[in-house]
Amino acid sequence: MENMLYVSSSPHIRSEVTTQRLMLDVIIALIPSAFAGIYFFGLRAALLIAVTVISSVGFEYLIRKALKRNNTIGDLSAVVTGLILALNLPPALPFWMAIVGSFFAIVIVKQLFGGLGYNFVNPALAARAFLIVSYGARMTSWTPPLTVANDVDALSYATPLGALKQGGQLPKLFDMFIGNIGGSLGETSALALIIGGIYLLARGVISWHIPVIYIGTVGLLAWIMGPDGIFTGNPLFHVLAGGLMLGAIFMATDYTTSPMTKKGTVIYAIGCGVLTILFRLYTNMPEGVSYAILLMNVSVPIIDRCTKPVRFGGEAHV
Amino acid sequence: MKFQGFRGGVHPPQAKSTMECATVRMGIPEKVVIPMQQHIGAPCQATVKKGDTVKVGQVIGNSDAYVSVPIHSSVSGTVTDVSERIISGSKPVVCIEIKPDGLQEVSEDIKPPVVDSKESFIKAIRDSGLTGLGGAGFPTHVKLNPPKDAKIDTLIINGAECEPYITSDYRECMENTENIIEGIKHVLKWTGIPKAMIGIEDNKPEAIKRLKSAVKNISNISVHGLRTMYPQGAEKMLIKTLTGREVPPGKLPSDVGCLVMNVASVAFVCEYLKTGMPLIKKRVTVDGSSVKTPMNVEVLIGTPVGEVFSFSGGFKSEPSKIIMGGPMMGISLYSDEIPVMKYTNALLALNEKDGKIPEENVCIRCGRCVSVCPMNLLPFDIDRLVKANQYDDLDKYNVMDCIECGCCAYACPAKRMLTQSIRLGKDVLRRKAKK
Repeated sequence: MENMLYVSSSPHIRSEVTTQRLMLDVIIALIPSAFAGIYFFGLRAALLIAVTVISSVGFEYLIRKALKRNNTIGDLSAVVTGLILALNLPPALPFWMAIVGSFFAIVIVKQLFGGLGYNFVNPALAARAFLIVSYGARMTSWTPPLTVANDVDALSYATPLGALKQGGQLPKLFDMFIGNIGGSLGETSALALIIGGIYLLARGVISWHIPVIYIGTVGLLAWIMGPDGIFTGNPLFHVLAGGLMLGAIFMATDYTTSPMTKKGTVIYAIGCGVLTILFRLYTNMPEGVSYAILLMNVSVPIIDRCTKPVRFGGEAHV
Repeated sequence: MKFQGFRGGVHPPQAKSTMECATVRMGIPEKVVIPMQQHIGAPCQATVKKGDTVKVGQVIGNSDAYVSVPIHSSVSGTVTDVSERIISGSKPVVCIEIKPDGLQEVSEDIKPPVVDSKESFIKAIRDSGLTGLGGAGFPTHVKLNPPKDAKIDTLIINGAECEPYITSDYRECMENTENIIEGIKHVLKWTGIPKAMIGIEDNKPEAIKRLKSAVKNISNISVHGLRTMYPQGAEKMLIKTLTGREVPPGKLPSDVGCLVMNVASVAFVCEYLKTGMPLIKKRVTVDGSSVKTPMNVEVLIGTPVGEVFSFSGGFKSEPSKIIMGGPMMGISLYSDEIPVMKYTNALLALNEKDGKIPEENVCIRCGRCVSVCPMNLLPFDIDRLVKANQYDDLDKYNVMDCIECGCCAYACPAKRMLTQSIRLGKDVLRRKAKK
C-alpha cells in the first residue's frame, strides 16, 4: 500500500443527512411564508427579514469569535433563527428593535448556553417574548395587509384573535387561510406554512406528530370550550388564527427544545395545544402560542425523563 | 395480524452489486497467515513450529478450553514463522505463516467423522473448526450444546444478510441450497430441536424462492421472507421477527428457546459430515468504491486480503479504507497484509470520498439515534456521558445491551461517533465490573 489507511470504529458509512442540510431544508420550507409576508405586507417585510437574518448571522459570528470558539455560521442555524424571528414580528417593527431581538436570540439564549443543541428554549420565540416585554406597544401594533383598503389606521389594525378578544369584526376563514389578515409577518398565511410543512415532512426533517397533534388539540379544545357552552366553538377559526401554524410546524418542532422520543413528543404537543387554548381563552393576552411553546420547552427535560424507552427484552427503564 | 418485527433500524443503500456474481475460486496464495484466534473464546496454542511441513486440513492450533475451536492449515507447505502479530484491535495474536508448496496435499487425518449420538455430533463440530460464519465467530459446538435446563424449540437459520454490499450468504443460498437443507436436517436430528425457520430479507426473492421449493416436502423446516431493514440479521432482531420473543438483557437465545445459525454454517456442517474436511476456506464478497471488479471469491483462510483484492482485478482508485465485513459492523484494517479469517464474509475497499472519517459536530438533539436504536437505548445520552468521562452515571443507561449495529451513528446528522462512544462505555463498565 502506498498510502496510509483510515482506521476507525464502525459504522463506516453514514447517512446523507447533515445538520447543515436539515437547516437548509427548514430555510427552503420557510420561503413560501416569507414570500406570503412580502406579498401581503410589502417591501418593508422583505427588509425586516433581511435585517434579522443578517444581524443573527453577524451576532453568531461575533459572539463565537469573542468566546474563542469555532465559527459555526456554516451550519445555517443562525439563518434559521433570524428567519423565524422575522416571521414572528409585526411587519412595521422598527429595525433596531428587530436587531435587539436577534441579539437576544443568538447571544443570550443560544450562545451563552453553549450554542446549537444546548439552548433550553427556542431562541426566536424567547426573543419575541423579550421584545413583547420590552416594547409592548410596538410589538402589538399590526398593519393591515396591502390588499386591504388604505383608509384603515395603519397601526391600530386588529389581528383575528385581537378582534375576537375585543369584540371586533372577525375576518373570513378564507382570508385567514391564504393570509389576507393582520398579524406577524409570516404567521398569517396558513396556506404558505402548510406548504412548507409538507416539504419538511416529505424530506423527513420533521415527523407529523408535533404539528398534527398540536393543531388538533387546539381545534378540539376550541370546539369544546366554545363561547356559548360546550361544543359551540369554531375550531377552524382558532386553527387558522394567530401563530398556531407557524408555531406548530416550525417552532414546536425545533429539535433541541422538543422531546427525544415519540411518546414524549405526543405529550409535548398535547401540552402545547392545551396551554395555547388556555392562554387564548382565559388570559388577557389575545395569543398564546409563543408562551405555550416556551413553557413546554422548559418541560422537555421532565418529559424526557418520564418517557425513557423500555429496553429491548426488559422491564421499564430506571 | 400482530406486527412481527423489531423497532428502529435504518435503510442504508444496499449496494449489493455482486448478487449475480457466482463464486469464483481463488488459487493458492503466495503465503498464508493463520491467526490462533479467529473465534470468540480462548486463543489456540500453535501445535506446529517453524520449519515443520504441514498438509491441508492438518490441525496447527488447538486449545483445551471448552469455548475454543481448533485451527487447521488451509494449504500444504512449510511453516516459515510462528510469532505474535497485531491483526485487528490492539492485542497481539500468535500467527502461523506458511509458505505453500502448491501441491495442496491433503492430511491423512481427513476422513468423514463417525456421528452416532449428540455427543459425537458436537465433538465432530468442534473438530471441524466451525465458528459462526455470519461474522461474530462464536464456536458452533458451544451453541449446539446449551445448558441442560434450556428447552430449545426452534432452530433459526440466518440468511438475512442485512449489511450493505455483502452477498456471500445469498450466493450460499443460490449455489449450495441442498447442503443448507441437509445441514439443517443434521442439526435438527442430533440436537433434537423439533423445527427450523429460515429467515431471508425480502430483497432476495430468488433465494427465498429456491429455499422454499427445497423445503416443499419437509414439514418441520419453513422459509420466511423478512422485511428489508438493517439490522434484521442481528440475532436478537431475527429471533424477535420470527418468533415474537425478546431475548432479555444479558441472556442468550437459548433462554428464549432459540438457536441461531448462519446459512453458511449449516451448509458447512453438511459438507464436513460428508468429507471430513475442516473449515479452511471461505466465500467472501469483494466490493467497494475502489474495487475494479466486484465479485464473490472462495478464499483459503489465511490469504492476505491484498492478494484477494489483486485476484479480483485490483483497484480502480487508491483505497483509503479497507473493511473486513460489512460497512455497518465490519472492522477497518490498518494493512492489506491482514489475512482472511473464518468469520470474514466480505472485503471492502473504499475510495477517499467514502472512506474519509467525517468531522463530528454538536448534537442537535434531533432524536434520530433514539428512534433508530433497535435495543431502545439513548445513544446521544451515552455519548454525552462518555465524552465527559462521567462514567458513574453510565450504569443507568443499559450500555451493555448495545449490539453495536451502528444504526445510531449511521443516522446521526451531526456525524457523531455514537457507536464508538458506546463501545468505550462498555469497556469502562467491563473493567469496573472486574474490579
